[in-house]
Formats: sequence, structure tokens, C-alpha cells
Amino acid sequence: MSVNPAALATQRPLAFRWPGLPKWRGPLHGSDLGWALAFIVPYAAVFVAFALYPIGYALWMGGDPRLYAELLADPRYVRAAINTVAFVGLAVNVQMILALLLSGFFTRPRRWIKALLVVYLLPWTLPAVPAYLSFHWMLVTYPQGLLDNLLAAFGITPVFWFNSGWGALGWDIVADIWKWMPLWTVIFLGGRMAIPPDLYEAAAIDGASPVQRFAHVTVPLLANLYVISTLIAAIWAFGDYGPVLFISGGSPAFESEVVSTLGFHYALDFANPALGVAAGLSVLPLLVPLLIALMRRLETTEAQL
Amino acid sequence: VSETSIARKYGRRRIPRRLHWGLIEGGSLLLGALILVWSLTPVYNMFLVALDPSGHNEFAYDIWPSHPTLDVFTSLWQADDEDIRDIWPAFGNSLYIGCAVTVLTVLIGSLASFAIGRLRLGRDWTLSSTAFATYVIPSSILIIPFLRVMHIYGLVDNPLSVIAAEVTFATPYAILVLQYYAKLIPSELDDAARIDGASALQVYLHIYLPLMAPALAAVGTYALLFAWNDYFYQYMLLFSERHTTVAMALEQFFDDDDAPWNYMMAIAILYALPPIAIFYALRRYMASGLTAGGLKG
Repeated sequence: MSVNPAALATQRPLAFRWPGLPKWRGPLHGSDLGWALAFIVPYAAVFVAFALYPIGYALWMGGDPRLYAELLADPRYVRAAINTVAFVGLAVNVQMILALLLSGFFTRPRRWIKALLVVYLLPWTLPAVPAYLSFHWMLVTYPQGLLDNLLAAFGITPVFWFNSGWGALGWDIVADIWKWMPLWTVIFLGGRMAIPPDLYEAAAIDGASPVQRFAHVTVPLLANLYVISTLIAAIWAFGDYGPVLFISGGSPAFESEVVSTLGFHYALDFANPALGVAAGLSVLPLLVPLLIALMRRLETTEAQL
Repeated sequence: VSETSIARKYGRRRIPRRLHWGLIEGGSLLLGALILVWSLTPVYNMFLVALDPSGHNEFAYDIWPSHPTLDVFTSLWQADDEDIRDIWPAFGNSLYIGCAVTVLTVLIGSLASFAIGRLRLGRDWTLSSTAFATYVIPSSILIIPFLRVMHIYGLVDNPLSVIAAEVTFATPYAILVLQYYAKLIPSELDDAARIDGASALQVYLHIYLPLMAPALAAVGTYALLFAWNDYFYQYMLLFSERHTTVAMALEQFFDDDDAPWNYMMAIAILYALPPIAIFYALRRYMASGLTAGGLKG
């Protein structure tokens, strides 16, 4: 059975493997070019006016090297930078791995599992502000918060959850996973559904255990989708201010801030917008490689088709 | 030695079949229970606070609401309390921004993906991956120069600026999803229509849009959720009271030490309803739409 894993991994079901046109038909001409330009103009205008211009403006605002010396001298910034790496690294990887595994659970043909999926998707559809505020009140209202009351029911003494920066950041990470894991689960679920069942049957006949089937059928076929999703999730996570802003609020004393919220505090609360922008630009050495990796991945996987 | 006994001795399944089945089903149930608790605890907490009649001045609630009451929802409906007088206009504002972002993202995204994927403008993925450069600066930081740019455009304190920002951030992902999904539509269809004399616009309207319906539904829901999740751009770009959105109103409660928590959570619950309703109405499109036709049919 000849299956091109690359074709599957980029989510084109086998039934749709028509030969297709050449990737590049030569330059567009005449009315086609006119239409193509007319169709791209709305997005191009939005991109230039509301993305490119502000990004250029940000680069100009944060262009002074002295700003970065000032940032490094600020222990709040150093802590926020470490927190950002921990937040993005942990939240993204944990939610992606769990989503990949749970998507397998949700493919089980049971009616109650289908019903459970409906409930499981709820956090994703819940607007961020109310959801994170609920987390906040569940945790912060010592000693009457829901979590403390639950612990008390089991005879455990209430905890000041936001007493330590790591504890507070930990809850921000948990909330981020809670909010975004359903999105990636749905995406991997779609990816798993596209894998032809005969591949699993063939593997089972050859005596592959469930773990082996996962490792040698699911993983290779979903690898591309997984990598693209992880890159997108990581890029988004750098800009995700919600959990920190609404759950821990950076407490205690800026110990659980991330760069995206600290930069905002610099700009608004300390009236130093340039420093805020510089804080945001300081993650570029991490963010730009991720973006380039994503762009390359999108282009090369296309070339393999 | 019979074949079955060899299989029994050397086969992979060392535990009896029934026990194996029991373990899997039991494990599934356990996992299901965990997922239920994990997903619902913060939601339950919202109701716990909202239904607490004393929530107005303290939050001495327990694991169960001691005297649950729906008073807070009737007060909200009548908007008769000082704290919630302007809540319904805020819902109107959120709805206006959400709908505009959804429509514009779907429209601009589908036009762009048609130009890139079907009319083959640029090398296949160059333009759509360039769009991802939008995310190069964390959005909560980009708001600082964005605010200045909006001053230059004269759009400050205008919902249009929020709509523009949210469309800007929602579209790159929308184009990506649409472009993946469009690969499922044979280009022979376009060619056939073109031979029959259809213009590119007619192909877009009569072939592309109808066949892309699941992906458009998924992208539209994504854009609506995006607008509903946003708070920062609304908070920074809008400041006159008549533009207040629900997300901003919630944040004002959050900032206020004497805020009525039960109102806050009741508003939060109401605010969560529209995207949930739309999401579940379009749910069967979401998996297939978002994973580019991962589901056949």
C-alpha cells in the first residue's frame, strides 16, 4: 500500500489526490492578474495600515539601545523574561501533548464520549475575561475560594495561592492550558479522522500494540500538523496577556509578570511607552525564529505535496 | 502443541480479554470524569458566585451555594441597579464589534485566500506566511504604537479602530485555514467554469464560497471568539462611556474593590452565551473546517 505520509500529514485525504496543476503556472496576465490584485487589496490594505505600520512604529520606538540596558537593570524585567519562557514553554508543550493524546480518547466510538466532547470544548468557547476572572475568584479569595473550600473538605489547610511568583505563574499556565487545549484537540481530532482506518488495521494484523500503532502510524502522519500547530500556539502564547493580567495580576510584587503584561505596565502605569515597547521587542530573538520556522514549514510541506 | 496454546503463550495479550476490556472501559470512565471536573470547575465557580445573594458585599460562599437565587439575573434584566445601568448598551457594543469582525474576517480572508490559492497570486505560500508577520510583536505590546497610529488616522475612541485591530489579528490564521481547505476543491471546477466564460468574481461567488462553507463557518466562529476574547484593544482604544463593551465593564468590576461579584459573574455568564450558541450550532463544521477537510464529506 503506497501512502505518501507527507500528503496525509498536510491533511489532504487520500481520496482527493488528484494530480493537480503545476505549482507555478508562470506569471499571471491580463484580467486574471487584475482580479487577483483586486481580491488581495482588502487584506493588503489591512496588513499595511494596521500591522506593518504599527510594527514599524514599534521598531522605531524601541530602537534606542539604552532602553535595553535599562530593562536588564530592572529585576522585574529579568524575572518577567524568565517567566515568559516558562509560560510559553510549559503551557504550549503541555497543552499540545495532552491535546494529541486526548484527541485519541475522543475518537473512541462511544456515545458518552461524543457528549463529553461537547462539555470539553466549553472552555474554548468561554470568553477569556470571564473565564480568567472565575479562575481568579476561585483562587484568590483566601480562605473562602472554591479551591480552598474543596481542599478544606478533604481536611487540607487553605493555601495563599499567589504568595509565591512560581505558584501564581503555575496557575496562569494551568488556566492557559485549560482555555486553549480544546482548540488543538479539535484540530488533532480532525487530523486523526483523516488517517485511513486500514492503516491501523494493517498495523494491528502485523501485531502492533496500541502504543506501537500510536508511535508508528499516528505520530508520523500527524507530525506536520503537530509541528505547525505548536509553532502557531507558541507564537500566540507570547502575546497572551489574559491569564497573567486577570488571574495572578502579576502578584506578588511583579513576580509572576510576563513580558507582554510588564511592557503594558511600563507603558501605562510607569508612563514609559518606549520602555514598554522595548520589553515587547526583547522577545524577538525567540519569536522571530519561531515565525521563520513556521513560514518555512508552510512552504516546504507544500512543496512535498 | 496447538496453535492457540502457542498464541496464548507467546501472544502479545498477556491479560485475559475480559479484564483487558474492563481496564480500558474503566480507564475511559475515569478519564472522562477527570475531563468533566477539569472543564467545568471554573464554569461552576461562575454560577456559584452569581447565585450567591450575599455576593454583593462579600463572597463567603461554600462548595455549594447556600441560598441560591436568580435575583441577580432579574436585576440584570431590569438593569435597575447603579452598577449595571449601562450593561445592555455594552452588550450592544460587544455584539456590533463581534459581528463586524466576523463578517470582515470572513470576507477579507476568503478574498485573499482565493487570490492566493485559486488565482495563484505569488508563489503558493509566500503571501499567506508573510501575513503571519503580524504576530511578530506580542499584541499587548503592539497596542502602544497602534494607539499612536490610530491617533494619526483619527480613529481613537471609535469602535472601527477595535474592529480594525481584531480583523488584523484574526485574518492571518483565517487565510491559512481557508487556503488549506481550498486544496480540497478541485481546480478543474474553476477551469470548467472559466471555459464556460465565468469571470474570476463569478467563480469566487458561485463555486468558491459555496464549496468553502464549512471552512467559512469555522473561520467566522474563530473570528467571533477572537473578538469576544479580546479585552485589551477595547480597553485601550475606547474610552467614552457610550462605547463601553462587556469585556471593559467586567474589567471595571475587577478593578473596583467594592464591586458586586455576583453581578460580575452573572454578566460573565450572559456574555459567554452568544459564542457558545453559535459555536455549538456550527460545531460539525469546526473540526472539518479548521483541519482543512480532515473529515471526509
